[in-house]
Amino acid sequence: MIEAIDTSLIDWSRAQFALTAMYHWLFVPLTLGLAVIMGTMETVYYRTGNEFWKRTAKFWMKLFGINFAIGVATGLILEFQFGTNWSNYSWFVGDIFGAPLAIEGILAFFMEATFIAVMFFGWEKVSRKFHLASTWLTGLGATISAWWILVANSWMQYPVGMEFNPDTMRNEMVDFMSVAFSPVAVVKFFHTVLSSWVLGAVFVIGVSCWYLIKKRENEFAKASIKVASAVGLFASIVTAATGDQSAYQVAQVQPMKLASMEALYDGSSHAPLTVVGPVEIPEMLSVLATHSTEGFVPGINDIIKGGYQLSDGTQALSVDEKIERGKMAIKALADYRKAKKEGDLSSMETSLGVLNENMPYFGYGYIKDTSTLVPNVNLMFWSFRVMVGLGVYFIVLFALLLFLTWKKTCNVDYHKWLLWIGVLSIPMAYIASQAGWIVAEVGRQPWTIQDMLPVDAAISKLETGSVQTTFFIFLIMFTVLLVAEIGIMLKAIKKGPEEK
Amino acid sequence: MESTYIFLQHYWWFIVSLLGAILVFLLFVQGGNSLIYRIGQTEEERKILINSTGRKWEFTFTTLVTFGGAFFASFPLFYSTSFGGAYWLWMIILFTFVLQAVSYEFQSKIGNLLGRSTYRYFLMLNGVMGPLLLGMAVSTFFYGANFEVTKDNLTELGMPVISTWSNGWHGLDAFAEPWNLVLGMAVFFLARLLGGMYFINNIDNEAINTRCRRQLISDAAPFLMFFLAYVIRTLLKDGFAVNPETQTIVMEPYKYFNNFVDMPYLLVLFLIGVVCVLYGLGKSILVSTYNKGIWFSGVGTVLTVLSLLLVAGYNNTAYYPSLADMQSSLTISNSCSSLFTLKTMAYVSILVPFVLAYIFYAWRAIDRKSITADEIKNDDHAY
Repeated sequence: MIEAIDTSLIDWSRAQFALTAMYHWLFVPLTLGLAVIMGTMETVYYRTGNEFWKRTAKFWMKLFGINFAIGVATGLILEFQFGTNWSNYSWFVGDIFGAPLAIEGILAFFMEATFIAVMFFGWEKVSRKFHLASTWLTGLGATISAWWILVANSWMQYPVGMEFNPDTMRNEMVDFMSVAFSPVAVVKFFHTVLSSWVLGAVFVIGVSCWYLIKKRENEFAKASIKVASAVGLFASIVTAATGDQSAYQVAQVQPMKLASMEALYDGSSHAPLTVVGPVEIPEMLSVLATHSTEGFVPGINDIIKGGYQLSDGTQALSVDEKIERGKMAIKALADYRKAKKEGDLSSMETSLGVLNENMPYFGYGYIKDTSTLVPNVNLMFWSFRVMVGLGVYFIVLFALLLFLTWKKTCNVDYHKWLLWIGVLSIPMAYIASQAGWIVAEVGRQPWTIQDMLPVDAAISKLETGSVQTTFFIFLIMFTVLLVAEIGIMLKAIKKGPEEK
Repeated sequence: MESTYIFLQHYWWFIVSLLGAILVFLLFVQGGNSLIYRIGQTEEERKILINSTGRKWEFTFTTLVTFGGAFFASFPLFYSTSFGGAYWLWMIILFTFVLQAVSYEFQSKIGNLLGRSTYRYFLMLNGVMGPLLLGMAVSTFFYGANFEVTKDNLTELGMPVISTWSNGWHGLDAFAEPWNLVLGMAVFFLARLLGGMYFINNIDNEAINTRCRRQLISDAAPFLMFFLAYVIRTLLKDGFAVNPETQTIVMEPYKYFNNFVDMPYLLVLFLIGVVCVLYGLGKSILVSTYNKGIWFSGVGTVLTVLSLLLVAGYNNTAYYPSLADMQSSLTISNSCSSLFTLKTMAYVSILVPFVLAYIFYAWRAIDRKSITADEIKNDDHAY
């Protein structure tokens, strides 16, 4: 009997990864964002010696600490899950993928762990200068960590710098620099980290607005809004710019992701960008995707049927042709292994030729149902719009707050409605951030590594029941801890900054 | 090229073993947490204990994560085979570490939903289960596990998974081998001893100090018993040897004993390690003013564990033997990354001394004075 992987195992493994990743991402952006804001505040304290700024920075550090602990806790699972639930993936690309994870540990996590201790426990024990450096180094550690994990993620979306080795049955790294500094990684890093600064800024503004509504901590809240709206405006503009870059890259390397983001079934030149409903911007999608109004943007049907011209002048293959060639690659690999065992050199050479020729489609060989090659279009279409729409909204919010603050220095009394908008923006920032990752990750389904390894072939061979059990354990554990975290945060905010 | 590759395999097995050894030393955080209610008899005392390990837990945690990352980068076949196969063993370890990670920050805060003592029980749970299960996992390096590795599976379209577990227990089968439990218990008691010595060094409090020394006596006996039994049994048993020419795995009588004989520097390392552990422990028990025990026993722990892990991987030994299919056993040469990756990562590892230097510098800045009850009262970030 031929054994086959249970599709429910694949679904539950995916669900567990999605669950743990989304929980982790509730905490990481606040860590990255608050780090910059409290670092800026402590720098002002260091320069002016004004105790007010120390108190202000310390309050945000307290919230940072609560959030950091649960971020670390949820992150642990993500790293080990590549092994526990995606073991075939871990072997197939571990030679490339493991490196950024190890570097992240060595370079980033120790930096964070060391200097966060100085930041929290060192106020009375180290010099002001050393303390300030520690605060920034904590944030730098978190940011370096983001770099390496995003390098790893980008590599999955745009695999470069490796070759498949049929003797070891895996991909092997041949060019570290092209992995570590791939253009996709660079853009993803700035887009992700700067959007996290946006979330941090919105969080600070929201909490500060609440104090102003309650007529408390007036000076503290206004100073915080001032710093946060400056950081936020800068970050939100960079986020938008890198988002545009990112869309262009997606069009080149993951056309299906772009088509599903736009719910574009039939592509065209001069393609318009759908905003929502019937509202369209003429030719905009062609400009975004190809940097030309003439550019052809393939739709979902085009990608499945093939036959259109690619940017390098060649004809796109249909999905069926790709699957055929993927199967040829996998068969050639089996033949090569067999010939090697038998010592048949000429067969080995022939098989190797076939394998190399069809290697770009290797992963397609595992695809059983072509419909799985199309991501969930509704989810993609709306997540993308939520992300972009909220991104634009944040630019306006920051600009408005900065303008008001700047115009009347710090004594401005904001309108109550504006304060409420500030408070209500906090959940919006989280929604935008999660929506961004939904676009990135749902959009690349079914690929764990683009075109090379679909989820079906990437998993660990477990009983579905085991994965279901751990899924629910994580769900309950993380939900309880999230509720606890929010409870602690709210109490800490209610208590406010310490007295002078 | 071949010799560079072999060198790098050994180099990376050394780095991974060193991280593992440092991790075992840093389990003093867990050991200390298992003693919260035993040593801390008043609320104030318990608070001091939690704040004492609370300033170090991130290093243990980070070392665990880095150990995982380094293992992944250098020996990916272990990562896929052991983590994907011994699923439940690793998952339980991870669950307890997740709970531990939030518990320090959450336990004393208002609004924490579960109440203070729940989080303290989480710390205790991790304090007991963490060392026990990690010790058991390490023991499978000598006593084997039930997996098969078939790389040709990749070409089976229906079932392309390379590493498979041979039973439905997914790692819980480690409990069926009593010697795994023996090492687990040894590591658990070792962590408690280190925890006690760390408290003695880190906390300036008479009552805690006295109780820690008493606790050392009652934990020393079971530790010695389990540890010595495990070492003696392991040295006398057959081990999994690799024929370097054919790469086939064969059983060799007294393999681990022979490894010590073949690599006498590891025997020296091991003996120095054991003597250091015992010296730190003995002096802490006998001399009531001595507080440097953690340093001797800590260094000793690192050396001992390092030498044992090197014995498991060096000298043509299979470090992760398969009980289900002996030829699937993992060796440092059949499970490692490519030459290119090992080389690249070797360059990265040059940064490690720099990392250790700033950790040392920062620790000294924070630990210049021992923790006192007054300090915690006045510290607005105390746990």
